[in-house]
Amino acid sequence: MTGLRWDWATAWAVLPDLLRGLSLTVEATVAGSIIALFLGLCWTIVRVGRIPVVSPAVQLLVEFLRGTPFLVQLYFLFYVLPTYGLTLPALQTGALGLGLYYSAYTSEVFRAGIEAVPAGQWESCLTLGLPLWRVWAGIVLPQAMRIAVPMLGNYVIVMFKETALLSTITVMELTAQATNAGFRTFRFVEPLTLVGLLYFLLSYPAARLVHALEHRGAVQH
Amino acid sequence: MRALEPYLPLLLRGIPVTLEVTALAICLAVAAAFALALGRLSPWAPARWGAGAVVETFRGTSALVQLFWAFYVLPFFGVKLPPLTAAVLVLGLNEGSYFSEVVRSALTSIRTGQLEAAVALHLPARYRFFRIVLPQVLPVMMPPFGNSVVGMLKFTSLVSLVTVQDLSFRAGAIRSAIGSSAATYSVTLLVYFGLAIILGGGVRLLERAVNRWAGRDAHAAAGAAGARASTVPAWAVLAR
Repeated sequence: MTGLRWDWATAWAVLPDLLRGLSLTVEATVAGSIIALFLGLCWTIVRVGRIPVVSPAVQLLVEFLRGTPFLVQLYFLFYVLPTYGLTLPALQTGALGLGLYYSAYTSEVFRAGIEAVPAGQWESCLTLGLPLWRVWAGIVLPQAMRIAVPMLGNYVIVMFKETALLSTITVMELTAQATNAGFRTFRFVEPLTLVGLLYFLLSYPAARLVHALEHRGAVQH
Repeated sequence: MRALEPYLPLLLRGIPVTLEVTALAICLAVAAAFALALGRLSPWAPARWGAGAVVETFRGTSALVQLFWAFYVLPFFGVKLPPLTAAVLVLGLNEGSYFSEVVRSALTSIRTGQLEAAVALHLPARYRFFRIVLPQVLPVMMPPFGNSVVGMLKFTSLVSLVTVQDLSFRAGAIRSAIGSSAATYSVTLLVYFGLAIILGGGVRLLERAVNRWAGRDAHAAAGAAGARASTVPAWAVLAR
C-alpha cells in the first residue's frame, strides 16, 4: 500500500511534462474550434439555403456526425486517411476530427439562432422591401449571433475536455502525458489527479465566464 | 470488405455489450441526476455543497481522465472495481451531473404558489409529488433525455479504453488483426449510427407515452419538439 500516500516529489517531477501536454491540448482546442465554427457555419448556410440534393446530403452528414462516437470517427480518420494517400501528423488529424465532429453541433447552434427570429420580423422585412443582404446582415444574423455566442462558448469548453481522446491517436497532449508518466513511474495517483485539476482550473473559470455572458445577453434582450 | 466478413460476427457481438453499458449507465445517470438536483435544492447547506462539488467536479474535468482515475488510481486506495463497473459508474455519474441541471431547472420551474396551494388543500406529500410536480416536470425533461440516451450510446465507446469488449474495442482488435481499417471502421460507424436511430426512435415513443400520461396535448407537444420545418421564408434564401 505504498501508493496510498500523495508523493509531492512525484507530483513535481511530472508537472513539466504535464504542462507541455497542456499547451498541445490548448493548441488542439483552438484549431478544432476554428474548424468547427467554420464548417458549422457552412453546413447551416447549405441547410437553410434549401439547395436540391446538396441540402439533404449535408443534413444526413450532420445527423451521421451526431449519431456516431467521436472516438470511432477519430480512429477512422487516423487509420483510413493514410490508406488514401492523405498522411497528416497526429495533432492535425486530431484537430480535424474534433472540428468535424463538433461542426455538427455548432451547425445546430447557428440554425437555432436563425430560427429564433420571429416570423413577424421576416414579414416586416418583406413588407418594407429591404434588400436581401440587409435582411440577413442587419436584422437576422445580429440577433442569431446573440443567442449563438454563449452556446458556442459552451461547445469550446466541451471540446477542451474532449481533446483527452486525442491521446488514443498518439497525440502527446495532457492526458497522454499523464498516463505515460504513470506507466513510467508506476504511480498514477499524482499524474492523473494533477491532470484532473489542470482541466478543472481552465474549464471552470471559462464556464463561469460563458455563464455571465449568457446573462448579459439575456438582460439586453 | 471481403477480409472483414469472417470477423463480422465477432464485431457484432459487441452490440449487446455496448447496449448493456448504455442501459446501466443511463439508469445510474437518471438516478444520480435526481439525487444531485434534489441535493442542490435542499434547504440543508451541506447537501447543497456536496451535490454542487460532485456536479462541478464531473463537469469540470475530462470524462476520459475520470475513467482512467477510476481504473488506475482507485486500486491504489484499495478499491478494485471490475472494468465494467468502473465504466458504468463514471459514465453514469458524469452524464448524471450534466442532466442534474436539466432536472433542477425543471423542478424550479414549478411555481411555489402551486405547492402552497397543494399544502393548503392538505394533499399528502406523495400526491403532491406524483400528481402535481411530476406531470409538469417529466414532459419538459423528455427531449433533453433523448439527447442524453443517444449521447450515452456514443459515450460508451470510451469503455473500450479500459478493456471492456464493446463495439469499439472489437473494431480496434479486428483492425489490427486484418489490417483493413476502412472496412472495419465504416461498418462500426454504421452500426453505431443504426443503434442511435433506433434508440432515438424508442425515446420518442417513450416521450409520447409520458405526454399522454401527463395529460398533455400530443399535438402541441409534437409541434414544440419536432418543429423541423425551417422558419426562414423561401424568398430570403432563393436568389431573385
